[in-house]
Amino acid sequence: MSDDVVIRAEGLAKKYAIRHQRERYTALRDVMARGARSLWRLAADMACGRAIVIGGTVEEFWALKDVSFEVKRGDVLGVIGRNGAGKSTLLKILSRITEPSAGRVTIKGRVASLLEIGTGFHPELTGRENIYLNGAILGMTRSEIRRKFDEIIAFAEIEKFLDTPVKRYSSGMYVRLAFAVAAHLEPEILVVDEVLAVGDAEFQKKCLGKLSEVAGEGRTVLFVSHNMGAVRALCKRALLLDSGKVIVEGPVGQVITSYLTQIGMDNFQGGGQIFWDSNSAPGCEETRVRGLRLMDDTGEVRAVYEPNEPIGVEIYYEVMQPLRGARLNLHVLTQEGDAAFSLTDHDARPQPESPGIYRSTCTIPGGLLNRRAYTLELSFDLPGTCVLIPRAPYLCFSISGAGNQGSTFPEDWPGVICPKVAFRVERIPDLPCS
Amino acid sequence: MSVGSLSNMRSLVIEPGRAARHYWRDLWAYRELFVILAWRDVAVRYKQTVIGFAWAVVRPFLTMVVFTVVFGRLAKLPSEGGAPYPIMVFAGMLPWFLFSTILSEASGSLVGNANLVSKVYFPRLIIPASSAVVALVDFSVNLAILFGLMVWYGFCPSWRIALLPAFVALATLASLGPAFLITALNVKYRDFRYIIPFIVQFGLYVSPVGFSSAIVPGHWRFWYSLNPVVGIIDGFRWCILGGEVTLYAPGFTVSLGVVSFFLWLGIAYFRRTEKSFADLI
Repeated sequence: MSDDVVIRAEGLAKKYAIRHQRERYTALRDVMARGARSLWRLAADMACGRAIVIGGTVEEFWALKDVSFEVKRGDVLGVIGRNGAGKSTLLKILSRITEPSAGRVTIKGRVASLLEIGTGFHPELTGRENIYLNGAILGMTRSEIRRKFDEIIAFAEIEKFLDTPVKRYSSGMYVRLAFAVAAHLEPEILVVDEVLAVGDAEFQKKCLGKLSEVAGEGRTVLFVSHNMGAVRALCKRALLLDSGKVIVEGPVGQVITSYLTQIGMDNFQGGGQIFWDSNSAPGCEETRVRGLRLMDDTGEVRAVYEPNEPIGVEIYYEVMQPLRGARLNLHVLTQEGDAAFSLTDHDARPQPESPGIYRSTCTIPGGLLNRRAYTLELSFDLPGTCVLIPRAPYLCFSISGAGNQGSTFPEDWPGVICPKVAFRVERIPDLPCS
Repeated sequence: MSVGSLSNMRSLVIEPGRAARHYWRDLWAYRELFVILAWRDVAVRYKQTVIGFAWAVVRPFLTMVVFTVVFGRLAKLPSEGGAPYPIMVFAGMLPWFLFSTILSEASGSLVGNANLVSKVYFPRLIIPASSAVVALVDFSVNLAILFGLMVWYGFCPSWRIALLPAFVALATLASLGPAFLITALNVKYRDFRYIIPFIVQFGLYVSPVGFSSAIVPGHWRFWYSLNPVVGIIDGFRWCILGGEVTLYAPGFTVSLGVVSFFLWLGIAYFRRTEKSFADLI
């Protein structure tokens, strides 16, 4: 391998066995026969050390298939793709948490992986003790932690609570301390997964700053995120994964555009709406998004709007466990990944929310957006505490037709938004200042 | 791990079935993690309990009292080599508690540290091994109680007590074998969570903890030694009680064999399944 390449993946694949529930039994005789058969299979599986499957059939699922790429020293590579595209599996293989089913990776240098912040924090231990514990888990030596100790507590801003058990920390302090330890790792290769999805905006900015600092020091970074803004800011090159395969690899701008086009293409066909059944819906234990659609003021679902038309947004979500203080955030991005604006329904939410199906609606006023394509991203969080559903793009829509820029001339008009502003033009006798 | 060491870094190859190659070297490289995880387990063991560390004293002491009364006073079983019955019981309880604590601490350790296993790489053997350190800390408390008893009864051990560290090491190895096996099995089949308390409860009666193994009829004694704990307990009594206590050599050898077999089986099974832990846990 050439001296410059620090990570080389060749034909990487990872297979999982997933299980399907079989149809309901009808007769007792069948139930008994199948019961006996599956008991026999269970015993055979256990004896051979295979995965045990109860009441169903196994299907092979390739989370990654034939993935090859190279990363050069000092590169910051973004890995993007939809949920379930295989990003996390790739990172898990690179950080040796799980073994590939086929293929090989050659890595030069020490890898530190940050798939989560605060891994191994023990609530009963104090902040000081947890710094040593977490540092060791992330691969730092004791002397290294001791050397950086002051820097870590300064970054985390927890000097006063150093000897308090972390279970008494506020969630903000907890996250700050956890990131502070991780931020002071000094591996040659850093693998980061969506850690920026936690914490408030201020904190995210700080993390992003620290990460770009790390990248600036000539370290190699692999960065997975759904936040296109962060990927664009940090990475020079990116990798687009879909269904476990590398779709595009190249300069970050190009890859982000193909990613956004990809999600756009899928959903334009659905014509401005997307719904999920309860198995595939993006979500967590407490809640999940069940659907999202855009409609005009007559209730027709569409993906393309005139500049002056208001766009009704309807978000359907399901609450499985009672929620308090949650909010849903809506981000409208341009095709290039720049934020046009963000909205939240925090004030309008019933508190607390009991389990059930909910609908959150709003209207993006007409005469606001410019003529171009936009992406809608959604996220669910408990502000300042945790992210329930990380921010991800789900729908594309576009504004086209006659412009509202006050000119009927059909041209590309610059700007993310183009608010409808009334002009009046008249002939006056003289300048007011003369 | 500074950037300066880029020049002399070695390359790492990840491919199916590769992990096993540098296993022991990796294990050594992660020794600091082992130390800190062991320290964590010891540090949090008695947090938020009212009597705290006293639990390490109360449990074995009360067990010893009950066994002395039931087996020594009520059933009038003989002691070994003229040692007071409580000391004989305690010499047997030391390895038994070490064994049962390691087994129960280790078996749940991987599942209890699921967040570590699914988010960070390290040789997984570290987790059950470090939880065994907790048992060794409890063991040293028990040992202090034993010396207290010896002073109380004015019992003077012979030179053989100098061999105690070797038997402690043996008892630890004897516990780690089954512990590794059950820990690995427990990741895939959670049934083993229910089996452990049963083994611990059952084992206390089939092992010569409350009585001397000398009371087992001669022709059965060899087969009795297939229980590895029997050989260990006999060894402990031989070295702590001194005097006329003799070590039943064939039985001890069999126990040693069973211990080695379980150690090999435990490590082999653990290593074979280790790479799939993150997918299963």
